Amino acid sequence: MFKLLKKFSARVFGGLFRKRESLKIGFYGPPNGGKTTLANRICKDWTGEEIGTVSGVPHETRKVQIKEKVEIDYKGKILTFKMIDTPGIATKIDYENFLKFGMKKRNAKKRAKEATQGIIEAIQWLDDMDAVIVVLDSTQNPYSQVNITIIGNLVARKIPVLVVGNKIDLKKADVKKIVNAFPEYDVVGISAKEGKRMDDFYESLFALSKKV
Amino acid sequence: MVKKIKKLKGLGLQVIPFSEVQELSISQRVKKILNIVLGNRIVILHGRLRPEEEARLIEDTMALVDHVKNFKGIELAVIEPNPRSMGFFLKMKHGIARKLVGNNTALTIIGPATVIKEIKRDPKKLELMLR
Repeated sequence: MFKLLKKFSARVFGGLFRKRESLKIGFYGPPNGGKTTLANRICKDWTGEEIGTVSGVPHETRKVQIKEKVEIDYKGKILTFKMIDTPGIATKIDYENFLKFGMKKRNAKKRAKEATQGIIEAIQWLDDMDAVIVVLDSTQNPYSQVNITIIGNLVARKIPVLVVGNKIDLKKADVKKIVNAFPEYDVVGISAKEGKRMDDFYESLFALSKKV
Repeated sequence: MVKKIKKLKGLGLQVIPFSEVQELSISQRVKKILNIVLGNRIVILHGRLRPEEEARLIEDTMALVDHVKNFKGIELAVIEPNPRSMGFFLKMKHGIARKLVGNNTALTIIGPATVIKEIKRDPKKLELMLR
């Protein structure tokens, strides 16, 4: 009888904890929104090392980057998850845009090719996510079709979403516009680069993990 | 001095009624749209694609950018009535219509990125800026 009870509780509670341990949180959004900057900020805060490189040139992240275990110990609460930083999703890639950043034609073409593959990879990863943080540049118009497509796909897959309005340190930032564009979602305004309002972000991140 | 205006070579529009794509699978629908776009035409689809179809459209577009010379991708936008500004009965009417015949109250505009510079969209208007 005792063995049976032990087996039963191991199956029920063990299953629950296994799911918690392998919680996968993805970082999605258009290029140059600051996904990797935010992922780096979290990684630096809690693991001491960064996940990837950042730059002002769009499509710096062209491959899905994974941090197997990130443990956040915030105000006595612990959240452990697998971090998946994805390349920015776009509907067009023009190598000539990279030339403006002083890149040589050959390198720009290579970057464009890698970026197209990165977008395909990012979309294919959607099905594997338990929760997603959509990182938007709060200085840009949020009503872009890419943003709507990303959030629409998450809703269709019933994946909980947290919308981050990044770059609030910039003058043109307008988080209210993002709130108005996506009124059904939790929106938090931060500056991942400057580390501004990260407390609000962590509160929202814990709330997001509870929705899984 | 007269300023020369560059003409857009071969620019065309193709309207697709919802009934024409209703019975197609995701792959067929996306293939049909991309075939038109590759012919340098702008597609005006009566209705809207489902989110997973939009994602598939982006995936297939990226695969084409990699393989088709001078193809840089697409511009995509959807215009549809804002349900928040509708009254209760209008909202219900749209809801029933959507259930019966699919979402064909919307318009989806898809064009080659080299032809469309940008589709600027805000809740009240949509601007199509051509090259």
